[in-house]
Amino acid sequence: MQWTADKVQEEVIKLLQPFNPKGIEITPETDLSADLFMDSVAAMNLVMEVEDRFEIDIPISLLPDVNTLQDLIDVVLAQLSKG
Amino acid sequence: MSLFDKYDQVNARHDRLLAAGRDPFNICMDRIVSATEAVIDGRDVILVGTNNYLGLTFDSDCIEATVEAIRREGTGTTGSRIANGTYSSHRALEQDIASFLGRRSAMVFPTGYQANLGVIAGLAGPKDIILLDSDSHASIYDGCRLSGATLIRFRHNAPADLDKRLERLKDDTSSKLIIVEGIYSILGDQAPLDEFVDVKRRHGVELLVDEAHSLGVFGDKGRGIAEAYEVEDDVDYVVGTFSKSLGAVGGFGASNNPEFDQLRFTSRPYMFTASSSPASIATAMATLKKIETQPGLRKQLWANAEALYKGLSDLGFTICSAASPIIAVRLPDEESAVFMWNALFNAGVYVNLALPPGTPDGSCLLRCSLSAAHTPAQVQRVCAVFEEAHRALKDWRDAQSAAE
Repeated sequence: MQWTADKVQEEVIKLLQPFNPKGIEITPETDLSADLFMDSVAAMNLVMEVEDRFEIDIPISLLPDVNTLQDLIDVVLAQLSKG
Repeated sequence: MSLFDKYDQVNARHDRLLAAGRDPFNICMDRIVSATEAVIDGRDVILVGTNNYLGLTFDSDCIEATVEAIRREGTGTTGSRIANGTYSSHRALEQDIASFLGRRSAMVFPTGYQANLGVIAGLAGPKDIILLDSDSHASIYDGCRLSGATLIRFRHNAPADLDKRLERLKDDTSSKLIIVEGIYSILGDQAPLDEFVDVKRRHGVELLVDEAHSLGVFGDKGRGIAEAYEVEDDVDYVVGTFSKSLGAVGGFGASNNPEFDQLRFTSRPYMFTASSSPASIATAMATLKKIETQPGLRKQLWANAEALYKGLSDLGFTICSAASPIIAVRLPDEESAVFMWNALFNAGVYVNLALPPGTPDGSCLLRCSLSAAHTPAQVQRVCAVFEEAHRALKDWRDAQSAAE
């Protein structure tokens, strides 16, 4: 599967839905912990779902810099380009 | 901007807990009476939330050996292992541990937390990759971070997920290390170590097992989960602690790898710290001997564990894992867990309270742990108190609904 940035964004937004009980509109600027009330356990589960979906591994050290959806998309694209 | 601003959220959670009763994370034992009893706030309490699995902290032989060591060697070494802090007793304990585990060599650290820092950051470095179970203890995460290695988490107790990730990494020639625990500290669930060993063999990667809660508790001879699963030969590195079954303070790493001893002059948490006190060393030697010579302690521990497990299950409580000396009771929400914890405490039973984000699966738990030193009467009393507390919780919930 050739992942484009748009397709990655679309898939990640789908994966974020279980963490979005208030059903807010998710944009690249959405802050994952502040706007979606994600605690560290939920964040870890989300990362695992993302890793499964894109068949990549995301080293833990990259995560402190992931605050927004765009940050997460960037990390996914970076890991996809490695494989 | 204050250095403490970053704790605002943590403080808010803490304030909520305090509003519901006493602070479960700031309990002080006015007087510790035995391995299973204490006086807290003037109240006699049965302790069902320690890690004193074999109840050896008040064993008279172990106490005598410890006092004798202090008299002979003094209160502290005042030095590191690479300077003046290695006594013959440090070497003797390392030999005892190595021979108990059937390993070539063992290294002792002043605490179990430090053992993970020292072994993990000694074995792995910035060019290496560590794959660790996502439910790993803080000391494992911290050791991993300190190492500077690339850290990849795999789903808890999921050998298939580890396998998938190792497959993805197969063209990466970096050295890799897998880290799992034998039994996990909060839920009391065991690693399917035989399946993890299959994975590590297929990929040719080394495996470290932290047997902190399993040493002295699992295995015919008390060597831990690796012994119970008969895979000791495939565990390249074992880490353990003195602060649970061994009733002391300290930790160790052990291995058959002849290069393991290089950590004595390359591992910072081993080198740049004061060595274990003569007291800690003597206690660990004495309690290790008890593990070897008194298998009855392990039998008694498991009998108590099965009894509490059955008692609480029969009362309808949800218990997170199969029966083991760690029994985690799941409550439906934080308020219920906090209410129950306070109710248990007020009735003279201390258990650990575990709340998100400190729990591996986001649940709210009352974590009980058993000791060989618990009496059947104490276990029965604990069940009775759980039953009363649960009734009080139901009444409280009913009153709340009526008020709405």
